[in-house]
Amino acid sequence: MLEARTEERSEIEEIARRMRRDIVTSTTAAGSGHPSTSLSMVEVVTRIYFGGVLRYDPADPHNPDRDRFILSKGHGAPGLYAVLAEAGYFPVDDLKTLRKLGSPLEGHPNMARLPGVEASTGSLGQGLSIGVGHALAARLDGRDLRVYVMTGDGELEEGQVWEAVMYAGNQGLDNLTLIVDHNKYQQTAAVDEVLPLDPLDAKFKGFQWEATTIDGHSIDEVAEAFDWARGVSGAPQVIVANTVKGKGVSLMEETPSGWHGKALPPEEAEKALQEIGA
Amino acid sequence: MSLGLSRIDLPDGAPPREAFGEALAEAGSDERIVAVDGDVNNSTFTSKFAEKYPDRFFNVGIAESNLVGIASGFAASGKIPVAASFSVFLLGNAFDQIRMSVAFPNRNVKLVGTHAGISIGEDGPSQMAVEDIALACALPGFTVIVPADAASASAATRAMLEREGPSFLRLGRSKVPVVYEDGADFQLGKANRLRDGDDITIIANGIMVAMALDAAEGLAAEGVEARVLDMHTVKPIDAAAIEQAANETRAIVVAEEHLAWGGLGATVSMVVAERRPTKMAFVNIGDTYATSGKAEEILAQYGLTPDAIIDAGHRVLKD
Repeated sequence: MLEARTEERSEIEEIARRMRRDIVTSTTAAGSGHPSTSLSMVEVVTRIYFGGVLRYDPADPHNPDRDRFILSKGHGAPGLYAVLAEAGYFPVDDLKTLRKLGSPLEGHPNMARLPGVEASTGSLGQGLSIGVGHALAARLDGRDLRVYVMTGDGELEEGQVWEAVMYAGNQGLDNLTLIVDHNKYQQTAAVDEVLPLDPLDAKFKGFQWEATTIDGHSIDEVAEAFDWARGVSGAPQVIVANTVKGKGVSLMEETPSGWHGKALPPEEAEKALQEIGA
Repeated sequence: MSLGLSRIDLPDGAPPREAFGEALAEAGSDERIVAVDGDVNNSTFTSKFAEKYPDRFFNVGIAESNLVGIASGFAASGKIPVAASFSVFLLGNAFDQIRMSVAFPNRNVKLVGTHAGISIGEDGPSQMAVEDIALACALPGFTVIVPADAASASAATRAMLEREGPSFLRLGRSKVPVVYEDGADFQLGKANRLRDGDDITIIANGIMVAMALDAAEGLAAEGVEARVLDMHTVKPIDAAAIEQAANETRAIVVAEEHLAWGGLGATVSMVVAERRPTKMAFVNIGDTYATSGKAEEILAQYGLTPDAIIDAGHRVLKD
């Protein structure tokens, strides 16, 4: 049955801790991947799947009335897999198979192989357009469902994102919420050094979106933001989540440029797990 | 020998894109069908669908990448999206979106590219899709269809909508000669044998089918009997018909309105090479972009004529 799982605050904190553990252990076991961009999105996706936001049913992943969560920043796959495992789409133990031959947990999400993945992503900039298609279909069919899409911040350099932003705003798609995981770093440098985004909320407002900016690691602010988004009528909403790339692992937090596409070596992973405390 | 045959003045029927638009509007009683267009609906003729079903028509603006992504989302929500624009922009501008959001996840998206080929004429090479078939054929799981005339475009539209899976329907701008007088007998992946002959086989699609029939007349006047196959589906290719042609005729000429690489000629060649090596010759645009001019002038300048097909036949039979 479709339901929005609503866990206690303490349990959400606990799930977030376990997700961080799983992101570190799965990428270290794989010897590659993007742990730091996965760590920055943990509180937001934990709230989405366990904080009364997303209505889903792992036993019925294609239910037409389900809400959709699309991870457009496909390199955050370890984070997506961690939350899907917590949600019950597959055993947590399978996270060990990340990036290995035969595993559906590919380097980037492949919807054809893993139930719960709503879009095959990994070429940046495409998820929001797909979300717009879902949102338009829901409106056409009179389905009371919501579509959530998460992009990175560097990903906003892709022109397709703004094609979708312009169209969604014009269509007044209030069943569509975009979360920008604003962790400030892209592959080679800070986003501000490559192509500064500020004022980001004003850009969205200019395209007829409603916008809010939050601390993306505060589970209370994240919860309030999703409540706010549900209350907006006649416009799509963007939640700019200010986050820290590598959040929870001090080595990555301190040198965010150095860990974009790298797994922690085993000895560093041990230290990280102690920090995370899970 | 030039016989001065010139079906290249592209005379009679309705343009295939208009037939597509009419077939789409007719099929629109199926409420799963939605049309997404990049602000060229009065050129692609999705306008006919839009008039009947305005709620299920979406002009997303001049934004092909977003167009394809939206179509992918529609398909994932159970719709049958027809994503239409000029072929050069749809396949060219949005190729990565087609790859990632349609082909890779095997979405049931129907891409329709109009104004393909050099026969668009005056608008010039920036508007001429001449690589689109190669691009579409490169994508795993795609069905790629290039109909010869209005009747077959109409039949192809229905077949495409009925078949589950990603497809690309390629249509030109111009009116083209009627090939199928009484409607097309059309089955995806099955070539139509339009003329029998045991000396040589001409395999063609799109506007080159009518020219292949003219060329066959010309060859017959010389005593050369040509079989003509309308290979409207490039992928999946009708390998059996090609193998049979290779077995039963002495040579094969492939004619298409596309660059030399990656289109019908390349696809037929793979089958011939593997099943029954046979002498072949190719009539296509070669390895160059065209220029502006009247359609007939451009086709003549770049060697897409019945005479060029006859010459190719002479070459390949002489060796």
